[in-house]
Amino acid sequence: MAERMRSMFAAARDENRAALLPFMTSGLPDPASALDMFTAMAESGADGFEVGIPYSDPLMDGPTIHEAGLRALARGATTYSSLQLVEQVVAATGKPAVVMTYVNPVLAVGPARFAEHVAAAGGSGLIVADLPADESDEIAEACRAAGIGLVLFVAPTTDDARLADVVARDPLFVYGVAELGVTGRRDQASSRAAGLAERIHAATAGPLVLGVGISTPEAAHEAALVSDGVIVGSALVRRVLDASGPDAAAHELATAVADLAVAVRR
Amino acid sequence: MPIEFPPNARGRFGDYGGRFAPETLMPALFELEQAFYEAVADPEFTGQLNQLLADYVGRPTPVFRANRLSEQLGIDLWFKREDLAHTGAHKVNNTIGQALLAARMGKPRVIAETGAGQHGVATATACALLGLECVVYMGAKDVERQRLNVYRMQLMGAEVISVEKGAATLKDAVSEAMRDWVGSVENTHYVIGSVVGPHPFPLIVREFQKVIGEELQTQLDGSPGRPRPDVIVACVGGGSNAMGIFHPYRDAGIDLVGVEAAGFGIETGSHGASLVAGSPGVIHGSRTYLLQDEQGQIIEAHSISAGLDYPGVGPEHSLYRDTGIARYVAVTDDDALGALRIMSETEGIIPALESAHGLAWIMAAAPELEGKTVVLNLSGRGDKDVEQIEKFDG
Repeated sequence: MAERMRSMFAAARDENRAALLPFMTSGLPDPASALDMFTAMAESGADGFEVGIPYSDPLMDGPTIHEAGLRALARGATTYSSLQLVEQVVAATGKPAVVMTYVNPVLAVGPARFAEHVAAAGGSGLIVADLPADESDEIAEACRAAGIGLVLFVAPTTDDARLADVVARDPLFVYGVAELGVTGRRDQASSRAAGLAERIHAATAGPLVLGVGISTPEAAHEAALVSDGVIVGSALVRRVLDASGPDAAAHELATAVADLAVAVRR
Repeated sequence: MPIEFPPNARGRFGDYGGRFAPETLMPALFELEQAFYEAVADPEFTGQLNQLLADYVGRPTPVFRANRLSEQLGIDLWFKREDLAHTGAHKVNNTIGQALLAARMGKPRVIAETGAGQHGVATATACALLGLECVVYMGAKDVERQRLNVYRMQLMGAEVISVEKGAATLKDAVSEAMRDWVGSVENTHYVIGSVVGPHPFPLIVREFQKVIGEELQTQLDGSPGRPRPDVIVACVGGGSNAMGIFHPYRDAGIDLVGVEAAGFGIETGSHGASLVAGSPGVIHGSRTYLLQDEQGQIIEAHSISAGLDYPGVGPEHSLYRDTGIARYVAVTDDDALGALRIMSETEGIIPALESAHGLAWIMAAAPELEGKTVVLNLSGRGDKDVEQIEKFDG
């Protein structure tokens, strides 16, 4: 399963571009139409997906993804319905997907069972937003045993010793936090992403994906110049939250992702 | 001050605690831990802290024998008067310490969360004293039920940000303060208000609050008319006043009782009793008991008292619970309100609704406590709650 995502990075590299990895909260705009959001994005040039399990208290997320999570929970989304969606997304689009969540929902299921479920759904890996490398041993081991990868974060505040520790743990990819702060739209492009990317590339030959605060094609292009993949989340989620209905949401996503897919070419 | 019973190198008390924080914050948590250990080993820092605790906060706070209630209940009842500390609650012990720490680390901006408003007021106070910028996050529901405290913070120059998300109470205020910190960590210190959050916060807050129990040890030392306590009772939301008074007594072999909020009743599901009715998980950066559903989603807490309206609890309390160092019980909104009235009428002290939970448990348990020396940590005064109580009467 992890192999599918590695192939994705290699294919994008061969085409001299970064992979485009849209984030979307599962269960939006409603459970019946959730899969349509992902197929629309796949048809418009997404290379893979980050599927968010809605969580009541997302400390790393800004107002958009928080609102999306609460709305999805109110409409009945659960950990298991989210994993079912991952299975449908991977089967319908043929693209790799990673699951994004927080540590408490993983512990509630149990790390080993959780990782097995992700693997059974065809997921490539797991992103846990409040799990630093220091606390990751148990969940990393569960991922290894299940044959999926664990993604670890490096932030602008991360020093060289911590960076070395992260890359030594052989993450599925390094999630480079392009901006200080939680997820969400920024008015200005990141001033620190390029420097961060340079430090990470110097420490590892493994893939680097930049995310947090990347909301426009311009910002995605800047990020693509220095990374192997780009995550865009809040800007896309906002379109779904504000759309008048599922068809309009899918159309909005298709348009936005098509622009981003052009932007990630180097 | 020497640190006894520190958490292990991973910031854990037994299986509880740790650092479940976004990577962006991790370097700041290590920096804070190092700065804290250096500060408490530096006589200049501890001297400055102790001077402020004496001259500014008014420590030591008295211990008072509640004669009329003792007679009525058939016990030897004492109050540790944290309600007499500057700003009206124990919270200031921690905020003075942490604000000094922020200044020492060169962080000009301080953020805090608040529930009842007492921690927000105490943080605004310390920031005014030391000339630091102060931003306080407060749930919109609490802004409404604690309007007076909002204005007190503003008078002292703090900015109060109303949090509309979720249940708009303490949990959401903590989350929003943490989100601020993820973006501002390079110039900002987060003065967390209880023994919660990622390591080193539970340790730091305990160390700044343990002065309560240390004073009690000298005040009730077994000399004539000064009996040593058999039972120490404290309310538990996040658990800072309880940890502050329990910690120096953890090996004393006495009965330590933490009183959580049973809200409308444990059986209704509307309560704040994470140790009595919750299960272990991770909330706000720490592994601890919390209120959650089978999917690991956090359940909203409920209490009449904004300071106990929290679905988590300090990780060291989780260790105390499992190992029996302390025991934890819960008291309903109605019983706490009743105890507030009785303390007001019988002793001329209007306690905070939080602290009234402790007295309510003592009153209910009086038959089993007969003849014993019982100390209630009277963690705060009730002025802030008067308007809310008046509405119930209305």
